[in-house]
Amino acid sequence: MSGKGNIVYPYIPNSVPDVRRAMLDELGFESEEDIYKEIPDRLRFKGEMKLPAPIHSEARLQRHVEKILAKNENVKDNISFLGGGTWNHYVPALCDTIGGRDEILTSYVGEAFTDHGKFQILFESTSMLGDLTGFEACNTPTYDWPNAVAITSRMAARTTGRKEILVSENIGPERKVINENYCKPDLKIVEVKYDFENRCLDLADLKSKVSDNTALIYFESPSYLGFLETQGAEIVEIAHAKGALVAVGVDPTSLGILEAPGDYGADYAVGELQPLGVHMQCGGGLGGFIATKDEEKFVAEYPSLLFGVLPTVKEGEYGFGQVAFERTSYGSREKGKDFIGTCAALHGMIAAVYLALMGPGGMKDLGSTIMQRMAYAKAELAKVPGVKLYDGYNFKEFVVNFDDFGKSVAEVNKALLKKKIFGGIDLTKSFPELGNSALYCVTEMLSKEDIDDLVVALNEMC
Amino acid sequence: MSKPYVRTNFHEARWDEPMIYELSTPGTRGILVPEVEDEIVDAVGDVAAALPDSLKRSAPLLLPEVDQKHVLAHYIHLTQETMGSNLSNDLSEGTCTMKYNPRLSEAMSMNPDFAEIHPEQDDSTVQGTLEIFYKFEQIMKEVSGMDRFSFQPGGGNHAVYCASSVMRAYHASRKDDKRDTIITTIFSHPCDAAAPCTAGYNVVTLYPDEQGIPDYEGLKKAVAEIGDHLAGFFMTNPEDIGIYNPNIDKFVELVHSVGGLCYYDQANANAFLGVVRAREAGVDMCHFNVHKTFGTPHGGEGPANGAFGCREFLSKFLPVPTIEFDGEKYFRDYDRPDSFGKVRGYIGTAGVILRAYSWTMMHGAEGLRMCANISVLNNNYLEKMLLSIKGLGEAFLGNGITRQEQCRYTWEELKNDTGVGTDDINKRVGDFGIPWYWASHHPWVIPEPMTLEPCETYSKCDLEEYYLSLKLVAEEAYDNPEVVLSAPHRQASHDLANPEDLDDPEKWATTWRAFLRKHGDKYLKVK
Repeated sequence: MSGKGNIVYPYIPNSVPDVRRAMLDELGFESEEDIYKEIPDRLRFKGEMKLPAPIHSEARLQRHVEKILAKNENVKDNISFLGGGTWNHYVPALCDTIGGRDEILTSYVGEAFTDHGKFQILFESTSMLGDLTGFEACNTPTYDWPNAVAITSRMAARTTGRKEILVSENIGPERKVINENYCKPDLKIVEVKYDFENRCLDLADLKSKVSDNTALIYFESPSYLGFLETQGAEIVEIAHAKGALVAVGVDPTSLGILEAPGDYGADYAVGELQPLGVHMQCGGGLGGFIATKDEEKFVAEYPSLLFGVLPTVKEGEYGFGQVAFERTSYGSREKGKDFIGTCAALHGMIAAVYLALMGPGGMKDLGSTIMQRMAYAKAELAKVPGVKLYDGYNFKEFVVNFDDFGKSVAEVNKALLKKKIFGGIDLTKSFPELGNSALYCVTEMLSKEDIDDLVVALNEMC
Repeated sequence: MSKPYVRTNFHEARWDEPMIYELSTPGTRGILVPEVEDEIVDAVGDVAAALPDSLKRSAPLLLPEVDQKHVLAHYIHLTQETMGSNLSNDLSEGTCTMKYNPRLSEAMSMNPDFAEIHPEQDDSTVQGTLEIFYKFEQIMKEVSGMDRFSFQPGGGNHAVYCASSVMRAYHASRKDDKRDTIITTIFSHPCDAAAPCTAGYNVVTLYPDEQGIPDYEGLKKAVAEIGDHLAGFFMTNPEDIGIYNPNIDKFVELVHSVGGLCYYDQANANAFLGVVRAREAGVDMCHFNVHKTFGTPHGGEGPANGAFGCREFLSKFLPVPTIEFDGEKYFRDYDRPDSFGKVRGYIGTAGVILRAYSWTMMHGAEGLRMCANISVLNNNYLEKMLLSIKGLGEAFLGNGITRQEQCRYTWEELKNDTGVGTDDINKRVGDFGIPWYWASHHPWVIPEPMTLEPCETYSKCDLEEYYLSLKLVAEEAYDNPEVVLSAPHRQASHDLANPEDLDDPEKWATTWRAFLRKHGDKYLKVK
């Protein structure tokens, strides 16, 4: 048994005193201080760091962490209507099995000779995302969807040589603020009005703003508020007539049933990987993708790593490598395209497993069931006195207005929480023009009974 | 004590695996979606079918159709064709701090009370996650001496970008808008140049002096030339070559004297946990690659976390939200009017923070110091052995400076003697079960480079095995170079037939559709 000052650390094999001593002796060192002598005394940290007392055994450490985590409330023990950028979807057991394999979980930047499998899984992931979105080029994951939007803005600016980015005013609030930060140095963002009455982008406003300076038009379908954009092809036509490009933010879980952006002429599709088999983890499950046309003028502007397949010297064998590596900051430092770093590769690999399991039939069923459950929830909520719903075409999410309900969204959500229901995202600060409204989300995880429980709880509040 | 050996009979798994598309049989299902209740169907009908045609998918969705067993087998095969650090002697990936990632952390990350939490839940329902974040921030403050941290950046590069955003907000707050240039060093990570450049800054790069230390005279000259346009200085210490810059405080003083900020890239902090801190160096901001130093898996390149720390005077510019504690409850604070905004959704990669908190709590202050001690000891022990290999040298060899946690070696002599260079050696080491090693960031300032970082979780036996394996390959280069030049032989795949095609838009393919369009069925495994 070990005690203070006498610990042999299970994760540090050479902390065994005899081994450590033998190594120091081999080097002719008294201690590691003979290595640290290179650091002047004035720069040394004096004393010992004041950290919490360590918990050396795994058994006690597990208990300690689990005790803290038990203070959380999860979406399995509660009914959640939260979405807006992270969604509660089923995570197939296979996603956990593969995502938890030490081989890929603890891999990093090896080339494809020793890490062939990682390259192929990510290649299959980008291939399937390309199928979903209607494009033939796709990157390895970005940090998240907001970063994918920001990167696409800068890519489009380089491709077109233009400096203005038009953005629908109702895109996700985090996507808006993160895009603004990335564009701040040299790009101008102009917001295009959203015609809430007709549930679509205001084309008159778009036409008045698109110009020879426009690099990109970015809109989302479904929008942050859940509405599907019915004018996708017209927006593309307006943009292309001015030499501007179009990026569409998509929910990949919708694309089994909804038109792929590549098939109505868009130049990019961007979105979030988390709903494709990654646990929510309080927002830790994010990963973004950018799909585009397989043309040099688009592909050459990615800052991301791109994994490509080619034949090897052995007949019938697939090999992998980095496509156009010099374009990256790894290859060319500040002369590369923006910057690249460690992002969310594992989530891209998990998405591959998810999409391979689902196939076209699964993705179609998923989209259909979400729309049916959502429609049922909208219909039932509309019957609650004082609750107003908006018609139009939605996917997964929808706005619920409580102006005539007699309670604020915050009060409604507080009351729902007591009944173990997580009400929708409060929109009163992010979309004040919608009044006392909340954004509700329905996925395949919610049953009829769950939706009915919400309706009963609201009726009891009236 | 266990004794080392070279894995001369090693062979990596090679399943000769087709693409998932080639396993497809129409009509097959891998998993089923929950059926819609009859009452819902009766109430709303087929909602998707009622959409206007312009919204409906027009082209068939060409995803593969594979049953569950074959999906599982396919991806297990592919994982087996990958060498993670938990199963291999991965001191190979210098600058990457590959260490053992405890399985306990993985088990705890699957707890529904952690995994199944939505980020928009009320603060009262995420007290556990917020507590972990808050407590890990207190730990990071003590480790670095900085006053505040944000765990929002999704990796080290992202933290440097976050720092650039904070720097921009700081200078703007002082209406000091002419500061448009930063200085970095060539042995700092490429992101220390590229991320500030993306944030709008011009970049000046310092080269080392003849000792391998960033050139102070060069800095003086650059500072004089840039003058009041200098926004900041971004540097790693120890740099990628493992040499600690003993003049760091002088560098900081000089940059501060002209109004610039100083940033410490502490991506690889293994060398100095409890030994030196950012505060004593005098810098204003720093970051740690939590996924490296603090024992969490790298995920094949993420998810990661770049913990960004700064001094109090910069904390008002941090991204929102910060995590606060009022004595009773933890909460997310969005009410920070001077914040520059955000760099990533929500509060950050919570899975990395959970694992890092757990790892740090297991070690405590003494254990962290042990990590540092053993990592620098391992490195010097390995270095001594490796420098006895004929053909292998080291950057700035013979400068009398003891290396810290990693070394940049050079196969220049071997290349001159035999024609076998570092890329050739790298393709051969995998035949002995050694993962692909990190040569160097670009550009290769040191010819034929190899950068190794033997973290604290490698045993003495691992170090000796690594030495013996490299020695064997170097001997092969002298005695039978063809066997090295024709490698890999016993790895998951072989050399690309035409690697230059990766740079050819007519031939590259980042998706299966592009591959089929460009190459037809010429290279298909299953015809």
